[in-house]
Amino acid sequence: MYAQMIKSEATQDDPEKLAAFQARIDAGDKIEPKDWMPAGYRKTLIRQIGQHAHSEIVGQLPEGNWITRAPTLERKAILLAKVQDEAGHGLYLYCAAETLGVSRDELTEMLLDGRMKYSSIFAYPTLTWADMGAVGWLVDGAAIMNQVPLQRTSYGPYARSMVRICKEESFHQRQGFDIMMKMANGTNTQKRMAQDALNRFWYPSLMMFGPSDKESVHSEQSMAWKIKMNSNDELRQKFVDQTVPQAEYLGLTIPDETLAWNEEKGEYDFAEPDWSEFFDVLKGNGPCSVERIEARQKAWDDGAWVREARLAHAAKKQAAKVAAE
Amino acid sequence: MKQEWPLWEVFIRGQHGLSHRHVGSLHATDATHAIQNARDVYTRRKEGVSIWVVPAADITASSPDDKGSLYDPADDKVYRHPTFFDIPDDVGAM
Repeated sequence: MYAQMIKSEATQDDPEKLAAFQARIDAGDKIEPKDWMPAGYRKTLIRQIGQHAHSEIVGQLPEGNWITRAPTLERKAILLAKVQDEAGHGLYLYCAAETLGVSRDELTEMLLDGRMKYSSIFAYPTLTWADMGAVGWLVDGAAIMNQVPLQRTSYGPYARSMVRICKEESFHQRQGFDIMMKMANGTNTQKRMAQDALNRFWYPSLMMFGPSDKESVHSEQSMAWKIKMNSNDELRQKFVDQTVPQAEYLGLTIPDETLAWNEEKGEYDFAEPDWSEFFDVLKGNGPCSVERIEARQKAWDDGAWVREARLAHAAKKQAAKVAAE
Repeated sequence: MKQEWPLWEVFIRGQHGLSHRHVGSLHATDATHAIQNARDVYTRRKEGVSIWVVPAADITASSPDDKGSLYDPADDKVYRHPTFFDIPDDVGAM
């Protein structure tokens, strides 16, 4: 998902306090910033929310790629609004992470020097306009699968930012599907572009949920803490079951020859993505991995004088105000 | 010496007649800047008719550890709730 392979931290806290904390979570209580929490809970959440925030911000890049080349002025305005929303989502999440005692600059620096990751999906290129459709439809669709249950996560600020994000995310997915409908019902070339976009984004979208976590100890701890609400496999299955009929509606073919409805289980059987590719992308070897971090580094460096100048201006104004009093 | 922009808490009045409600926080260098940022971050879909911003450092909050002593005194005054009193049905709505 937007936060993948988050290792939950082992916790060495007072067992009595730990038990009381777990009891609160089990009772459905929300944990708020000033409440006592295990060190591992705090560290895991910083990593998870931070990675989620970075994904929103880096996620602006593949779509920003098409703003100047959108086919109509209306499509351009819509795409701009969507990319602006992604910035907003990043900001909600950064603020939620900051309530845990990490600073915004630290988070940014950890992204830039590779200590923190962003979702594997944004290391893929957006080659044609149809990719804008596929990203909205599939990538935002997969994100919604994960974010809707996270609205009930145990950490209050995280849950509240998810509520805001989910309200806005549905526009993103629908605008993507709208682009796909237009392309799929267009000329033969447009239809080919739509199919090609689906072909390229299908498996990377399935990878978003992360590898099977049946065996993972970290998943168990995160589930107990209610900072992970469903297993990766569960969400991936739900995504496939929801998306296949939508592809059929578009008259497009999911690039998986083994895909078949399983009457007995009441769900689709489908092929797993190539997990070695996933681990490679996560290590920073995706097709656009270098380009993405370079773009973030450039924005950070180019913005340095703005950050400083605004502070200097505010200090000057404050000094003038004090002098006048 | 590197310095981050201060943190501001943002409160928004959703509609006329409602009170302001905390919606989140953001970084800004001064109050005017905070209002401008709050508009972009928290009201892209007409979520509000009025914005308050407060420097996060200026907020004093009760401590979670005081929960007991702060709220316990309310526990034994159940008569403050209207349902404490039985009013016969014959009396009608009250």
